[in-house]
Amino acid sequence: MRQFHHILKKECSGYFASPIGYIVIAVFLVVAGWFFFSAFFIYDQASMRNFFNLLPVIFSFVIPAITMRLFSEELNTGSYELIATMPVTRTDIIIGKFATGVVMTAAMLVPTLAYPLSISFLGDLDWGPVIGGYIGALLLGGAFSAIGLFASSLTRNQIIAFILGAAICVGLTMINKMLIFFPAEAVDVIEYLGAGYHFENISKGVIDTRDIIYFLSIMFLGLYATGISLQYKK
Amino acid sequence: MIHVEELTKYYNDFCAVDHIRFDVNRGEILGLLGPNGAGKTTTLKMLTGFFPPSDGEIRINDLTVTENPLEIKQMLGYLPESSPFYRDMLVYDYLSYVAAVRGISSDKIPGRLKYLAELCGLSQVMHKAVGELSKGLNQRVGLAHAMMNDPEILILDEPTQGLDPNQIAEIRSLIKKIGEEKTIIFSTHILSEAEATCDRIMIIDQGKIVADDATEALKHGTGRGALLHVSLKNADPEHVRATIESIDGVESVRQSGAETDEAIGFNIRCSPRQDLRESVYKAIKQTDWTLLDFHQEAQTLESIFSSLTRQVNKEN
Repeated sequence: MRQFHHILKKECSGYFASPIGYIVIAVFLVVAGWFFFSAFFIYDQASMRNFFNLLPVIFSFVIPAITMRLFSEELNTGSYELIATMPVTRTDIIIGKFATGVVMTAAMLVPTLAYPLSISFLGDLDWGPVIGGYIGALLLGGAFSAIGLFASSLTRNQIIAFILGAAICVGLTMINKMLIFFPAEAVDVIEYLGAGYHFENISKGVIDTRDIIYFLSIMFLGLYATGISLQYKK
Repeated sequence: MIHVEELTKYYNDFCAVDHIRFDVNRGEILGLLGPNGAGKTTTLKMLTGFFPPSDGEIRINDLTVTENPLEIKQMLGYLPESSPFYRDMLVYDYLSYVAAVRGISSDKIPGRLKYLAELCGLSQVMHKAVGELSKGLNQRVGLAHAMMNDPEILILDEPTQGLDPNQIAEIRSLIKKIGEEKTIIFSTHILSEAEATCDRIMIIDQGKIVADDATEALKHGTGRGALLHVSLKNADPEHVRATIESIDGVESVRQSGAETDEAIGFNIRCSPRQDLRESVYKAIKQTDWTLLDFHQEAQTLESIFSSLTRQVNKEN
């Protein structure tokens, strides 16, 4: 666990030295901003609620797009061999790349801080749900990064990694919206599995340990599965 | 220094490396030679700890690859087969990254990079993206990568692959220079390369070691005996055969080429480790044949290699 920051640094500079990082952030801001503000003045409320309602769906596509290359590219070009034969543990490699996903999520969210700031001039903004929403967004970004990383470690093809990652993330986001299709006994369990459900709780401004534990376990599971997948790649 | 015991690797059912054992001493340059698909790269990848062996053990300075992977990786420098680097990174950035991961303290990194850039001839391209470099320069980036922390053992997988003759000569002299102090194991399927650079050659075919000896010893004496060629005029083939076969140490006499009025050629196969040139010449001197040509064919690595690798193929 001593060397993951070298990998984090290298991966982050990779995103910002090439256009990928800027493109992903720009696309995120355009999509999120457009959906949010197109309805904002119709509701006529000084709240960020609609923004946070949109986030899980947008993240389901944007975050796998960021993480898709992290392992697939290395497996494809063979550069994974370089890093794997240097004195770094697999845990360091995985944590470094996961942290890259979290840093990129934060980099996407920072410009959106302009929204609550400008809204607070328009009306009486309740900061509780805003702060909760941003904490939740980071946790959600982390969980989706871990899932995207796992998808990326499964294949040499970045497109497949993206589709797989996005499919899992969309599934977790949507599952609590489709409870009607499940038998009544399973509803509670399935609702608990949904990332959308836990994110909604946090973005209401209620920071409950259950929700935090949920996101941390998704991260842990995703990273653990990544480790297993890499072990079998050899 | 390196001790390999019963090393085996299966890819599903396919046995890529089959119970091989060898030792490498400190300061030795070992050439791993073999046709494509012989198991060279697999052996090297197991030595670097990139993947675990299916069976057997690798000990480097009394550490095993499976139990102490980090310590061993710290001692090793590895150049993979196709030098797959991050194409978007600048050479300088890439090498600094490697130095940081290798645990070189940040104040020493610039000095180390400068030294390696000069050693590997990269000074002019440090500011370029790795993907823009020619194959030869890419390979040198690989060497700089491998030598970053001044490792005790260098493992190079086909270091001269895809280079032009000048570049090959440069890389070879570089390997020789480094090999004065370090232990180097490198693989190649080019025989002349192994002959030019290695102290010791190990020939692998179909996952098995078919020869392992000092380069010089392999060229002389091991395997089959020397081949003498004589060309005679005014001689009766039967008579020649009988005369020469009667010499002690001659294994076989074969007529070579077409019989012409001018001359008849003979190939004389000697027993291993015997120099029969003198006795053959004396035997010919006793007769009234005219000697037009007389030479010993140098046993090249090529012939050893092809005879050894073909032998294995036949046995299977």
